[in-house]
Amino acid sequence: MSAHDPVESFRIEAGELLDMTEQALLDLTHRLDSRDLIDTVFRGMHTLKGSGAMFGFDALAAFTHHCESAFDRVRKGQVPATEELVAVTLSAMDHMRALVDCAGDDHSAESAIILERLQAAIGTDADAVQEASAGPSSQASGSDPGEETTPGAPWHIHFRLPVEAMANGTNPLILLDELRDLGATRVAAITGAVPALDALDPMQCHIAWDVDLPATVTREAIEDVFIFVMDDMELVIERAAQAAPADSDEAALPITVDPDTALPPQVSQGSAEPERNRPAKPAGESVRVPAERLDVLMDRVGELVIVQSRLAQLACGGVSGAAGELALRSISEEVERLANELRDTMMVLRMVPIATLFGRFRRLVHDLARETGKTIDLVTDGESTEIDKTVSERLADPIVHLIRNACDHGLETEEERLASGKSAAGQIRLSARQTGGEVLITIEDNGRGISRDRVRAKAEATGLIQPGQLMPDSELLQLIFEPGFSTAAQVTNLSGRGVGMDVVKRTIEGLRGQIEMTSEPGKGSTITLRIPLTLAIIDGLLVRVGGGNYVIPLSAVEECLELSLEEDIRSRGRSMIQLRERLVPFLRLRELFDTGTRPDAFQKIVVIATGGERVGLVVDQIIGSHQTVIKSMSSLHRSIPSFSGATILGDGGVALILDVVQLVALGQNREERLRAAG
Amino acid sequence: MTSILTVDDSASIRMAIRIALSGAGHDVAEAADGAEGLAKARDAKFNLIITDLNMPNMNGLEMIREIRKLPIQAGTPIIFLTTESDDAMKQEAKSAGATGWLVKPFVADHLLKVTRKVLGS
Repeated sequence: MSAHDPVESFRIEAGELLDMTEQALLDLTHRLDSRDLIDTVFRGMHTLKGSGAMFGFDALAAFTHHCESAFDRVRKGQVPATEELVAVTLSAMDHMRALVDCAGDDHSAESAIILERLQAAIGTDADAVQEASAGPSSQASGSDPGEETTPGAPWHIHFRLPVEAMANGTNPLILLDELRDLGATRVAAITGAVPALDALDPMQCHIAWDVDLPATVTREAIEDVFIFVMDDMELVIERAAQAAPADSDEAALPITVDPDTALPPQVSQGSAEPERNRPAKPAGESVRVPAERLDVLMDRVGELVIVQSRLAQLACGGVSGAAGELALRSISEEVERLANELRDTMMVLRMVPIATLFGRFRRLVHDLARETGKTIDLVTDGESTEIDKTVSERLADPIVHLIRNACDHGLETEEERLASGKSAAGQIRLSARQTGGEVLITIEDNGRGISRDRVRAKAEATGLIQPGQLMPDSELLQLIFEPGFSTAAQVTNLSGRGVGMDVVKRTIEGLRGQIEMTSEPGKGSTITLRIPLTLAIIDGLLVRVGGGNYVIPLSAVEECLELSLEEDIRSRGRSMIQLRERLVPFLRLRELFDTGTRPDAFQKIVVIATGGERVGLVVDQIIGSHQTVIKSMSSLHRSIPSFSGATILGDGGVALILDVVQLVALGQNREERLRAAG
Repeated sequence: MTSILTVDDSASIRMAIRIALSGAGHDVAEAADGAEGLAKARDAKFNLIITDLNMPNMNGLEMIREIRKLPIQAGTPIIFLTTESDDAMKQEAKSAGATGWLVKPFVADHLLKVTRKVLGS
């Protein structure tokens, strides 16, 4: 975690700030006169500049300063917000990202090019550029009083604070202390202006002071004392007309207090000091967690500690008799409850709203629309749906690809749309919702849809299907996900980059998710991604096959049946079972895993399903549902099909987790082979 | 122990302030905008408030004006952070009731110096 590294925290914050500002900019393209949006953009850059300078990102601060100035002018109504300005600022945002991520590199050439375009966009004159390129002013670190010796007469100071000074937080006593630290030899209060007691407001300051200071003190040091109040107060600082001999003695006294050296030693200067030219580092893996969720976690941990001490007490006292057993059982129940709650709380900590993911695509669609010359609206829905952070990150690339496809191949040009009686603007609709343990994400376009003829022609050309092979429509569409398949007539710079839908499909399946596609010619296409809420924990069905335990993800389990002895014998060779008028193929896991054991007398079939396909798994015993923390397999075992991971059981034993997608495919293939043979 | 409230929409600025000040033995509370800062100032007395001026929801100037109406914060020094040493801005913040200012970017030393200046050693 980066909790103690402000620079790292700045990087993360800058990323968020840039995202937020970019969203506002994208909104601004639709509402160029929105004051709120202009303010948001301005404020985003303002904060970025301020914090950037703070943490040593000087190039970023200087560059952002120019963009901020541009938007300051927009904000003040001196120049209008134009589409061109927004477009330039968007590329400036990308540049700022580079400046945050690779602060050490030299970006001055790119900076100059973007700034030139920016100035062209707002018509800045040369003077303003000059002023802008001066960058943000930096602060001198305060004067250093008391070091140099100025010959001359001692100082005489007379000052009166504004009446409201105390109410506004200035404490005259502290000012006097500071003066005394400088070596004040005489302090006299002038109380003439203090009102009578009944008219006295204790928060008002009516006293004036006369102070004498030794000649060695510099004027700057004295002014420094009054720096915050100097503009509003009555202040006279002058050298006394006559230098009394006594004063010159005093002038020789050493001045001991120097604010710079009197700092508490434990303050580490490095902690807030900017780190310069630090090598670029990808932003840390961190999750922003709302405080109340952490509070819940804290409560649970607190309870856990209490239960632990109860257990320790019980262990010391010895567990004996019915009472002891009862106490132990109650603790066990308590621990079980807490473990469940901790798990749930922990899961929630990793969840982020999908809005962050969706937000990235607005920019993508904006850029794609400019590139293709199409008018594209992006509509999003269900942004508050929460999803595991890792899942959300791994989803970004596949969805980018799907959106590119939709913009490039799916949506028609404006003329084509108008010719076919559609609205001129194409629409991409991104939506998310949670159903049970899954998140459904759909990417929908209202374009031309997928031409079955072209899919068929392409599949025949690449040998995926036999010419003229009959095929249900849904299966035909699935061909799109086959490796090497691409219907793009020509390779554009958007899609057709060599990665096809097969890569998308594999990525989604790697997340234990599924991808489905429907398409209606002339109306558009819809791709649905079903993604499990989290990768780390699943509900599983624990089964025994031979001497080994296995876990089947519960979400894939449709039902459990008994395989009667006569059905077992009858189905030898064909391995099909009749399930409500449908024949379902099944796999004998005992044979598949070659356990070398005799089957149990009463075998069970667990029917699992993915994507409409069903397969039964014959097991020896169903043990029950089991909450499973998924551990990945060692690199040695990772390539073994049929297993997606492993888990540790309550008794310390290991159970393998079955890979449902693989097994269903295996079962279906076998069935086809048997069908072909029979 | 002195308690200091830092109000800034930048979490990293808040963190920098917290690290510098808690290192010097101060107790630091945080708020992400003026509205939150005002709410915290209503609830508890602070020895010092350090605030940004340009923030969403409620900006620093408004917040300072509101805090100055709170009896619980009577006389509490309020330091504002400013990016440029813009005198007009300084004057506006001061007439809103601010005690002093701190110019960004600042280093821990400077922050502590200003803190000591308004809190006394």
